[in-house]
Amino acid sequence: MEISMKRIVSITLLMAGIALLWGCPKKPTVIQPPSSASKIPQSSGNNAADGASTSMTPLGGDGSNSAGADGMGGMKGGALANRVIYFDFDKSDIKPEYAEVIAMNARNLSSKPALKVKLEGNTDERGTREYNIGLGERRAQAVRRALMLQGVAENQLNTVSFGAERPAIEGDDEAAWAKNRRVELDYLP
Amino acid sequence: MKNLLKFSSIVVILLLSQQTRAELVVEITRGQSEAIPIAVIPFASAEVTNASFDVAKLVSADLTRSGRFKTLEHRDIIEEPHAGSNIVFDSWRRLGNDYILVGSMQPQGVSQAVGQERYNITFELYNVLTRQRLLGYQISANNAGLRSAGHQVADMVFEKILGIRGAFSSHIAYISVLGHLPLKTYRLIVADADGANPRVVMQSNEPLMSPAWSPDGQSLAYVSFEGRLASIYVQQLKSGERHLVSARAGVNQAPAWSPDGKKLALTLSTRSGNLDVYVLNLETKMLTRITDDPAIDTEPQWSKDGQSLYFTSDRAGGPQIYRIGLGANDRPHRLTFQGSYNARPRLSPDESQLAFVTQEEGSYRIATLDLRSGSVVQVLSKGHFDVSPSYAPNGAVIIYASRDHGRGVLALASADGHVQQRLVSSEGEVQEPAWAPF
Repeated sequence: MEISMKRIVSITLLMAGIALLWGCPKKPTVIQPPSSASKIPQSSGNNAADGASTSMTPLGGDGSNSAGADGMGGMKGGALANRVIYFDFDKSDIKPEYAEVIAMNARNLSSKPALKVKLEGNTDERGTREYNIGLGERRAQAVRRALMLQGVAENQLNTVSFGAERPAIEGDDEAAWAKNRRVELDYLP
Repeated sequence: MKNLLKFSSIVVILLLSQQTRAELVVEITRGQSEAIPIAVIPFASAEVTNASFDVAKLVSADLTRSGRFKTLEHRDIIEEPHAGSNIVFDSWRRLGNDYILVGSMQPQGVSQAVGQERYNITFELYNVLTRQRLLGYQISANNAGLRSAGHQVADMVFEKILGIRGAFSSHIAYISVLGHLPLKTYRLIVADADGANPRVVMQSNEPLMSPAWSPDGQSLAYVSFEGRLASIYVQQLKSGERHLVSARAGVNQAPAWSPDGKKLALTLSTRSGNLDVYVLNLETKMLTRITDDPAIDTEPQWSKDGQSLYFTSDRAGGPQIYRIGLGANDRPHRLTFQGSYNARPRLSPDESQLAFVTQEEGSYRIATLDLRSGSVVQVLSKGHFDVSPSYAPNGAVIIYASRDHGRGVLALASADGHVQQRLVSSEGEVQEPAWAPF
């Protein structure tokens, strides 16, 4: 169920060609009360449900996020969706729906040991700026570990955390925040 | 609420620097009803009609902006004495003024060297009830110095009446963000404390963060993401000369100067991404690790004796504030216990309180912790995204970053929470204010 959904979405992405970003859930998203966030149990079950309502939203003018697609190192279908992993609020665990993105990038990197990728960790705007740098680094490290577990050499991977400083989307609602809590894989030329 | 009073006055800051046109506008959103009434009489007399700048108006704006004073409206000024001997005290008393400031400006001719008109500004402060003269001074200034002279007068009046050193002559640094995705411009700006005279210190197309003043006020440390990697620079303000002080793999963040100006506390990460607080000796380049915990340890801030650091750590689950001595065997002590999110401590100049960011009803707000009791927490702000508090060097006011209709603005709150103001930029967003030392 989950997999077929993912496939449908992937196909849609390929058809769209210029796929830029995962869309927002159709239902208005409930804003998590940040105060209790650190106590929220792992919520990957809910994420699958969120994934089921994912829709494509081409966002004109945001192409900068896929700038550097020439640096993809020959990876097929340079859609941004293949190079971005989104996270839940205050979380750095990689959700099951991104296993395929990780696997795809791991295959690409381990088959071309000369390739290098910078893992850019980002958070939403909530909280203090410098602590958010820490949260962004945690996310970048989570992706780094996942790639290394699938055979990517340590020297192919570097991390940087932008915290809340480089949002993908401007706005102060959950729809924007969800797109900003992310790790971008930036293939170096 | 009954002791609070809304002020309707809006003070527009006019001056533009040659480099940036983004002026800040001061709005007083909440004032004190017990504000002290004072009449500030225009200084310029008829023969000085070409004086480019209204000094008394600036003094009046400064005093009003502090929230501690209520200045007499211009239309209520019934006559314009320029010296104590001309003051009819009874009339000013009937208008409800406790104090009156009078002054005059005498042109001294054009200085050959600078080619600018010079003025002698004479001013006197009187207690209206006792008719006692509290201040009487003369300041010499050229055209370009009139604004600064006005801030000096306001500083002296503030200190004379309240017994607190005025901070109107001091400066603030902040980050301004212009443009929209994908093309944003980040600027590190230094301006007068009232937002006037903004000067661009550094500009980049990648984020700039965490400006921190050296204790002598001559340099700023900051984080730059130029090249899409984090590095810490120290930049001398006068010469513009800058030095790279930290560009290690991973995180280089949150610089804070030691009180003697010889060291920086900063946050670095290990290869596996563990953030800890370190101290970098700027002369020897020697690096000392201060915290050692798998949690995020960051946002360091020095105690005045240079012997310990306040910092944020999420070792207990969520971010909380700790203090650690710099001795080899010192262990961190947790200081905040109220709520699940307390971060980015800043120490008041007298070390009696910490200002920090707390979470309240799902919003991020500025709070203070009374360090003497160790437990009394007061939430000062009412916004949803209030972060980055910084004390004025006299400790009377805290400046912080806030939001106004989705736009980043700077806001001020008196350290007791009674007075609130906003500094709204004419363009772009402003964030991360840092108030310079005296």
